Amino acid sequence: MADSPITVEHHGPELRHHFATVEQQRDAASLGMWLFLATEIMFFGGMFCAYLIYRYWYFNEFAVGSRSLNIYLGTINTVVLICSSLTVALGVRAAQLGKQKLLIILLILTIIFGVAFLGIKGIEWYDKYKEHHIPGSSFNADDLVQEYPQIHIDQSHEQIYFSLYFAMTGLHALHMIIGVGIFVFLLVEAFKGRFTPQYNTPVEIAGLYWHFVDVVWIYLFPLLYLIDRRPLR
Amino acid sequence: MATAAVIHERENYLNKEYGISSWLLTTDHKRIALLYLISITFFFFIGGFFALLIRLELLTPAGDLVQADTYNKLFTMHGQVMIFFFLIPSIPAVLGNFLVPLMIGAKDLAFPRINLLSWYLYIIAGLIMLHCIITGGVDTGWTFYTPFSTAFSNTKVIEAGLSIFIAGFSSILTGLNFVVTIHRMRAPGMTWSRLPLFIWAHYATSIIQLLGTPVLAITLVLVVFERAFHLGIFDPTRGGDPLLFQHLFWFYSHPAVYIMILPSMGVVAEIVPCFSRKRIFGYKAIALSSIAIAVFGFLVWAHHMFVAGISLYSALVFSILSYLVAVPSAIKVFNWTATMYKGSITFSTPMLYAFGFIGLFTMGGLTGLFLAALGIDVHVTDTYFVIAHFHYIMVGGAVMGYLGGMHFWWPKISGRLYPEWLGKFAALIVFLGFNLTFFPQFILGYLGMPRRYWQYPPEFQVLNVLSTAGSTILAVGYVLPMVYFLWSMRYGKIAEDNPWGAAGLEWQTTSPPPTFNFEETPEVTWEAYNYDQIPAPAEVTVGR
Amino acid sequence: MSEHIIPTKIYVIIWIALMCLTVITASVAFIDLGPLNTVVALLIATFKALLVVLFFMHVKYASEKLTKMVIISSIFWLMLLLFLSLADYSTRGVHP
Repeated sequence: MADSPITVEHHGPELRHHFATVEQQRDAASLGMWLFLATEIMFFGGMFCAYLIYRYWYFNEFAVGSRSLNIYLGTINTVVLICSSLTVALGVRAAQLGKQKLLIILLILTIIFGVAFLGIKGIEWYDKYKEHHIPGSSFNADDLVQEYPQIHIDQSHEQIYFSLYFAMTGLHALHMIIGVGIFVFLLVEAFKGRFTPQYNTPVEIAGLYWHFVDVVWIYLFPLLYLIDRRPLR
Repeated sequence: MATAAVIHERENYLNKEYGISSWLLTTDHKRIALLYLISITFFFFIGGFFALLIRLELLTPAGDLVQADTYNKLFTMHGQVMIFFFLIPSIPAVLGNFLVPLMIGAKDLAFPRINLLSWYLYIIAGLIMLHCIITGGVDTGWTFYTPFSTAFSNTKVIEAGLSIFIAGFSSILTGLNFVVTIHRMRAPGMTWSRLPLFIWAHYATSIIQLLGTPVLAITLVLVVFERAFHLGIFDPTRGGDPLLFQHLFWFYSHPAVYIMILPSMGVVAEIVPCFSRKRIFGYKAIALSSIAIAVFGFLVWAHHMFVAGISLYSALVFSILSYLVAVPSAIKVFNWTATMYKGSITFSTPMLYAFGFIGLFTMGGLTGLFLAALGIDVHVTDTYFVIAHFHYIMVGGAVMGYLGGMHFWWPKISGRLYPEWLGKFAALIVFLGFNLTFFPQFILGYLGMPRRYWQYPPEFQVLNVLSTAGSTILAVGYVLPMVYFLWSMRYGKIAEDNPWGAAGLEWQTTSPPPTFNFEETPEVTWEAYNYDQIPAPAEVTVGR
Repeated sequence: MSEHIIPTKIYVIIWIALMCLTVITASVAFIDLGPLNTVVALLIATFKALLVVLFFMHVKYASEKLTKMVIISSIFWLMLLLFLSLADYSTRGVHP
């Protein structure tokens, strides 16, 4: 991510040699993170494009696949992620105000929420594994065909839905794992008392990253879980 | 002006530290630029070797030098190595890395360690690619078209995909570094309207790298998954759409052409005013046309798919949009020529390359319009016409600009001058060899010779022999600069700080520059390209 | 970009709003609104995303035009990808 300026140079403990001022350094790091997030939008964007086209083509299969997901776990996960976003936002505030203990507590809470999200996601994936809904040689959607006799389902099109489901949630989970890793790193730094009201850029830009991952999930939730939950006619 | 000997003894980025680790762990943008220079030169010659084998096979109509399978691998590896490991990093990662901080008066790029990281990513990607080449290579064409790449090819698609995925991240990080540096690190007084056009070109390039490359990355991830697990996303027998792959691939890979050509345009915009001793004509128009190319470049990708089965309506739209790109490109060409008008032109080596660029790029661009026209495209799709067009832009354009830039800034990079007569000679050879190689291919393509075949009907032989002959001349033209650059590092004449009498902050510091570029942060009070205020050095005015 | 400390109260209000919207979007999905279901779901998602970006990511308070430009242009580029691809798919005529 951004260049966390920890090297000690002669200008002052946190200012890297090639910057003139602390403000310039912080603005550079923040812009760097925003640009990185722009690339992330396009990274997920390619997948959203594939999703859009196939959802347009194979709406039935997408609707049935969406119904087969566990909406309770999905909603709980959304809630967990929103809570973690709150703790991160408060954590950034704590760092800016120099409240070191509060920062540590909030970072720990964030990590707990992040791990909880991944755990719940793991349960969902394990359910899919038990139902043979993981794309590949053992994929089988017979259960869905039987469950929804009134809807025409093509098994290989159903597999495309689940491929995209796993690709999108998998990529999102990968970002969550990286995010939790970053917060563990920040926690270690926070224990050392590194973050002060003058120097808290790493917390701030890690927060930006985490909120972005949250925003991606805010879209993934309706796009994957809520395609068509209307009562069947 | 200090004497030559004193300049040489002064501490600079080259002699500050010695030893392998002082290079491999450096965060100095100038040293990283040299690391890139060495690595991309290596890959350039690998890609060039494949190109020569291709031309050698096509010397005769029969498939006598290599088998069809090997030939498929040759043109694939040529494309992948040249595009992802030479052209895309070429000017940005070498000249851009070296010059962006110098030109805007900064001490370094905004994120020096990320800059080093991007070189390491490039090297990791390069090693994977080399391993892939040595253990069998890929035969899908550089475009990885599905379902061949995902379901049928039995070559190392996953490895090549992974390698390009990583190279893509290296490219993204370079672009990110440039954008942040240009926004945040400019010296006092260096306003946007005073930025050198080289910087504008790199800014536009970085936008494409940032917003295009991730789409390629995710597409390659999908290809790798598809190939490994047979998901069906791009497999028409399972309801997938191969054209979706092409859409996603070209969303990046068409703008990628502008990643390769825009920096070259930036180089030309520096060389032309310097050797015409004139302020650049139409500064704002050139600067904005760079941004326009970056934006329009994203609107035209489906012109690669006119015969692939996209809807006729969207083909029409993409055809019209493709013409749009010609507008900013033409603006640039007209402004460069207008800059030269009534200038006192010196035919020095960089200027020769700039002339080559303008001419060849114009030809490449105009033939690009043929390809953007729906009707003609149907006739010449997948023929040598496309190959010729593409190489006029990439080799005639991008590589010419790269070589021109290398000659222009070599005194700054190395502190030495190359032998001018040899430079001019090499430039001439490159120009002749290039045209002999690729002009016949326009005719071949128009006559209907398809690309990507190792054999061809005998009536095409004369033109193919010409092309092969040209490629050997071109090869000599490329080896020569490498030889005399290396020679000049030890034996070349010591360069002055500003041997060309050029405008631009990079010439205000010493040659080679000190580690932090400037003794003290410069303050810019003049407009860019103020050649009316800079006296031409004696050597340049007489013309060497 | 000057630092701007936002009161905890605002964060909590935004958090409550996000929680409510999550419950709303999940419940509305079960009501038959015809084609509007997707529209409503995406509108709510966009509203939630806006809340996160504007308040949690401080774009409303402590940020300059450049940040907004980065956000807007990346969304614009995403739309280019989606809509120009769709231009092909929606007019192709062949619908598997």
